[in-house]
Amino acid sequence: MAPITDGQSLKQLVLGRKDVQDMSDTEADLPPDLMTVNMGPSHPAMHGTVRIVLTVDGEKIVKGDVQPGYLHRCFEKESEYATYTQVFPYTDRLNYVSPMINNCGWAMAVEKLMGLTGKLPRRAEYVRVIVSEMSRITDHLTCVGASAMELGAFTPFLYLLKCREWLYQLLEKVSGARLTHSYVRVGGVSKDLPDGFAAELLGCLDKIASVMVECESLLNNNKIFRDRMAGIGKLTKEDAIKTGCVGPIARAAGVDYDVRRDYPYSIYPEVEFDVPLGTTGDCYDRYLVRIEELKQSMRILRQCFAQIPDGPVMSDDHRVTLPAKGATYNTIESMIRHFKHIVDGVRVPAGEGYAFLEGGNGELGFFVVADGTGRPYKAYCRSPSFVHLSTAEMLFKDHFIADVVPIFGMINMIGGECDK
Amino acid sequence: MSQKVLDALTAALPGAVVRTGSAHGDEIAWIKREELVPAATWLRDDPKMLFDAPVFCTCIDWLDWKPVGRPVAEYWNETKPRFTVAYQLRSTTHKHRLRLEIELPENDARLPSLADLWPAFNWQERETFDMYGIRFDGHPDLRRIYLYEEFVGYPLRKDYPKEKRQPLVRRDDLPINPIKGPHAGEHK
Repeated sequence: MAPITDGQSLKQLVLGRKDVQDMSDTEADLPPDLMTVNMGPSHPAMHGTVRIVLTVDGEKIVKGDVQPGYLHRCFEKESEYATYTQVFPYTDRLNYVSPMINNCGWAMAVEKLMGLTGKLPRRAEYVRVIVSEMSRITDHLTCVGASAMELGAFTPFLYLLKCREWLYQLLEKVSGARLTHSYVRVGGVSKDLPDGFAAELLGCLDKIASVMVECESLLNNNKIFRDRMAGIGKLTKEDAIKTGCVGPIARAAGVDYDVRRDYPYSIYPEVEFDVPLGTTGDCYDRYLVRIEELKQSMRILRQCFAQIPDGPVMSDDHRVTLPAKGATYNTIESMIRHFKHIVDGVRVPAGEGYAFLEGGNGELGFFVVADGTGRPYKAYCRSPSFVHLSTAEMLFKDHFIADVVPIFGMINMIGGECDK
Repeated sequence: MSQKVLDALTAALPGAVVRTGSAHGDEIAWIKREELVPAATWLRDDPKMLFDAPVFCTCIDWLDWKPVGRPVAEYWNETKPRFTVAYQLRSTTHKHRLRLEIELPENDARLPSLADLWPAFNWQERETFDMYGIRFDGHPDLRRIYLYEEFVGYPLRKDYPKEKRQPLVRRDDLPINPIKGPHAGEHK
């Protein structure tokens, strides 16, 4: 190619136009047709695997058809063939960012059918709330960190995931597993908190609080972050209610609803916490609500450690508790009961019930139909991610393709929970 | 807890309610399929009810139902139709909750869609259709949601074997959905 000597050939080279004087756009330059763009199922900006078929008019989204299901692992079908206790590992894999809350939700559903609600040892309730609130913090840390990273802020992501790792290490000390805890049991929890846990967690909370100060100063008034979050993906209060939104998304839109306060369960009436509400319902409000909830969870944790009583962490109801190990090895009756408990499962009287609690993303519920055997006849999970994802199409409309990233990040769709 | 909701519903729409009951603190109203939409509209709009927030929609397949242990509560029919579709509702104002259950025979498993009343049921009814094959009349977009379109059968039905495998068939074309609204017809 001949060296470029004058401005005209440079323009020709860069713009690819024959007549560089005529800068008007013709139909050939900018086709007026709508175009289909596939985002996902595997895309770096997608949390989890979900496919979005965007129909775009230029850069503007006309329709976004969201297609979940790539992570469908037959939670409900598998549960029908597992004993009630064997379902706990499956629930770990629903919302894998806050597995403890799923564990508690399943246990509450089974306890509701057995009439054990409110009859657990108080220490067990406290331990459940402690691990649930820790999980809520890890959930919000992941959501905020990942969303910030997708908008180009890599430093807060590393800071926040460092905090998450401290909590995961503590949860590992409690349960023995870093991510898939399977810690909660029907009637209580599998083992007590380790020695010195309170001091470690409280120290960890202080460190997290100082990291949050750093992250908020990096994000809250960051021009790029605000420009891409504020006013994006707005949801009105009425729409949030009728589309079934719960949790931080609904609260950012001004819906004053928190299961922990409005339908109190476990020991939540005994602790004090505030429910943050947004005003505009956009992505920035969702971020602010999550940050504030995270601080409220830390507040709940501090109160729990001031109030937690001593005592057993497992109900003494023989229908749900294994006999003591010494008795199992030395008496035939206990041996039989242990065997029946493991092989046949916890026998739940026939009936149906829906138990729900405040998960990381809002009302997480389990609808269980029992037929009197040790395995659920039907186990349905009301996953907040699935309901929230159904609003995505509405939120995407008339936004740019680039806005899909913050909207999707702040919906916080967790593939395992959404696709079940 | 919310017995007065059940009483009010029975009093206002006596022709729609088959029976009511409470189980473990959940209020349940069995509704006739033909009267579902008027009953649901009344529940949503009546100032004493105001069930504005949808919670979930699912289905129960009673094919293998053989309860053991204590006798089943009297409000559960011994001779059940094959399917029961359950809609759980919540009121943000009054804080009460209610589950509507509609019993459907095996050979006519269809009922009117509630997706127009509560948009959240759009996807949840699609999920129920995908997993149980229940047809929702008047649903704006009733396609499979988790599984692929070529999938045969409904996996959460009790007669679908758990170990059954279906190879994923190749898909040649990208499904393009018709555009509604001002851009209709522009898409090529």
